[in-house]
Amino acid sequence: MTGKAPIIVIGAGQSGQQICDSLRKGGYEGHLMLLGDEASLPYQRPPLSKKFLTGTLEAERLLLRPASYYEQQKIDVHLNARVDSIDRAACRLRLRSGEALAYSGLALATGTRIRPLTVPGAADANIHYVRSLADGERLAAALKNARRVAVIGGGFIGLEVAAIAREQGREVVLIEAFERLMARAVAPQVSAFYAELHRGHGVEVLLGTGVDAIRTVAGEHTVVTSTGAEYTVDLIVAGIGVVPNSELAEAAGLACRNGIVVDDCARTSDPLIVAAGDCTWHMNGFLQREIRLESVQNAVDQAKSAAASLLGQSSVYCQVPWFWSDQYDIKLQIAGIGMPHDQAVLRGDVSSGAFSVCYFRDGVLVGVDSLNKPAEHMAARKLLAQGTPLSAAQAGDTSVDLMQLARGA
Amino acid sequence: MPKVTYRQQDGSEQTIDVPVGWSLMEAAIQNNIAGIIAECGGGCACATCHVYVVDGAKLPPIADMEGDMLECTAAERQPNSRLSCQIKMAADMDGLVVLIPARQT
Repeated sequence: MTGKAPIIVIGAGQSGQQICDSLRKGGYEGHLMLLGDEASLPYQRPPLSKKFLTGTLEAERLLLRPASYYEQQKIDVHLNARVDSIDRAACRLRLRSGEALAYSGLALATGTRIRPLTVPGAADANIHYVRSLADGERLAAALKNARRVAVIGGGFIGLEVAAIAREQGREVVLIEAFERLMARAVAPQVSAFYAELHRGHGVEVLLGTGVDAIRTVAGEHTVVTSTGAEYTVDLIVAGIGVVPNSELAEAAGLACRNGIVVDDCARTSDPLIVAAGDCTWHMNGFLQREIRLESVQNAVDQAKSAAASLLGQSSVYCQVPWFWSDQYDIKLQIAGIGMPHDQAVLRGDVSSGAFSVCYFRDGVLVGVDSLNKPAEHMAARKLLAQGTPLSAAQAGDTSVDLMQLARGA
Repeated sequence: MPKVTYRQQDGSEQTIDVPVGWSLMEAAIQNNIAGIIAECGGGCACATCHVYVVDGAKLPPIADMEGDMLECTAAERQPNSRLSCQIKMAADMDGLVVLIPARQT
């Protein structure tokens, strides 16, 4: 390998880190370069909307690996490095700094960026978002001094931030444009449970309510809703989704469609280039359809396939998707993709705060949401992975032990 | 700082200082201890930071969530199984020894 151009990984997030790790574990001994456009070594993003906001978790504890790991593994990390263009014909990148880098293989793990709120007045409202460590640090500091907080968006991020803000004693109003919370991800009964959970903790939850404008005067922001109501707060956090960072790939002539298009082995249309993580529109081997997923599981598992492809092996990405969200003392764990479904079966007692909802499509289990039922979540992942048949009647019957069923016992 | 020893299946050991308040999982990750994956980063959501406690009398009890997740470890659960993300280091846990299982996924 001496003298050969490096394999370059663009994007130092969870997926980029995993690609590097898997390349080394897979036997790649050549020059390996990891380029990140942030100031930090790869870190965990999920805590940024959760415990990190309490200010009790130092940034170094978020690192996926310590600095010594990159030295030991001979991973040549370049931080604050932004790639401006890819010249595929010449197998060369150009950095913002003007530097040109040749590659022998390239992995795109460029992730996503926040979708900004664009209503009138938004630009002047110092709106907080949660994507990067810098965002998290800024929000944690602002939360300390806030009295009233408006959270715009009732998805995972918005709800997790709302929960932390309430636990810190802030007044919170949460504004969701759709008629229910986490509508893209969970069934109506789960949405309803979470609306009650947040209301029970003192959050003012507004559903089916948009934001028309924001007025900022002397550091105070007045959020004007689509119903004409006005909420004056000193901190606004928006979690209204993300967009994939696919422009670099698109400019290089790679197919992009709501993300960088890759096959079920994380390969782009260029044999030297793979892509993995939140930024990919991929053929999902498990789901047997194209999808873009925003999750740790996808970042990690697809990265393993991407690394294998760079090493000339083919390793189909075929893993059950899973997600989690921590709000107050409730852990939501999602296995599979329950949307769309034609039947949602409740398992257990909603009022106990520990239950699951099993989703079926054409009589086949496609997803399970578990609230404070980690064993059912793990069993669901196993059932889905194996394709073990489960009937709706069994799903609703708590005397049927899902783990025993998964183990074939 | 209290010390914790991480033992691998081949008998090799690494003993490290763990700051009070850190979890055994975090200390393992930040010291490049092999065999602790911790895919969920300490959320008690993935069961990939499983350890067997070889020597350590003063551990916090197993909470319900951890107990449930321990039912789902890749390597067999034993009476001394714990999730290392759920054990927060305390001064009186000095000398703790844990064995890392053969597999986490």
